[in-house]
Amino acid sequence: MRIFAQHPANPTAFMALSERVLPWCLALACASIGVGLYLSFAAPPDYQQGHTAKIMFVHVPSAWLSMFIYALIAGSSFGLLVFRHPLADVSAKAAAPIGAVFTLLALVTGSLWGKPMWGAFWVWDPRLTSVLILFFLYLGLIALRSSIEEEGLAAKLTAVLSLVGIVILPVIKFSVNWNSLHQPASVMRLSAPAIHPSLLTPLLVMAFGMTTLFIAFQLLAMRNEILRRRIKVLRSLAVQDGGPLQPLPG
Amino acid sequence: MDLGAHAAFVWAAYAVVAGALALLGLWLFFDGRRQQRLLNALEARGVRRRSQGESR
Repeated sequence: MRIFAQHPANPTAFMALSERVLPWCLALACASIGVGLYLSFAAPPDYQQGHTAKIMFVHVPSAWLSMFIYALIAGSSFGLLVFRHPLADVSAKAAAPIGAVFTLLALVTGSLWGKPMWGAFWVWDPRLTSVLILFFLYLGLIALRSSIEEEGLAAKLTAVLSLVGIVILPVIKFSVNWNSLHQPASVMRLSAPAIHPSLLTPLLVMAFGMTTLFIAFQLLAMRNEILRRRIKVLRSLAVQDGGPLQPLPG
Repeated sequence: MDLGAHAAFVWAAYAVVAGALALLGLWLFFDGRRQQRLLNALEARGVRRRSQGESR
């Protein structure tokens, strides 16, 4: 209870809270992905695409997460630039490689679905191209941050780039309406989902499982980043104290 | 399990996702262990953050 009462921006409080939440989060992710996989392979074949539609159960959650994680990075960047929240930059930095992996997975699984359905692994379709730009944006965020030595400046410049890059999210969302081969939204739309419950249920369970797994990965990555920053502070303190700093193991 | 004529594409998609997420998880796990080891080594030399004087 004491942990919850502490200031949520305190990295020490975050480390204590995340240590407790992480095992539950990982267990929930494994259990729901296990159930999701069972439901995915037990689901009936699609009336047009047959069993190839099973790729949807990993492709769609990856695509949703690729956009959700970018929105999280942009939100964290806003938190850094406007509120100077101590964990905002930690969150943005931790999420970038995870987001890049999910975006790459969306692209690769999309290609593997596209070949049997469209006859090609890749077409310069508005949806595919805009997701490829999102992947390059993630790489740009990672490269920009690692190219600047000074941590504070790197954080601010990366935050500005991520806020500018958020324009890609509505482009991806609406790109299916621009002469696209890609099918329009079947689940996230104003009217009822245009997908049969026998396929919708495994999709939603897999999406829940993969989102929970992302949360666990994000907590792990944020913890690692906090430790990395503590090491940096301790090393500079050791140098200030005048002691010769011997190489550390590992 | 018979997944039809395009089974290889379905299995490949699931294998890529499983492999990539497993690698990502392992990288995060071992990176965390490495950072913790480095931090412990510094603290063992008596280097402490100022805030550690009062509480941990």
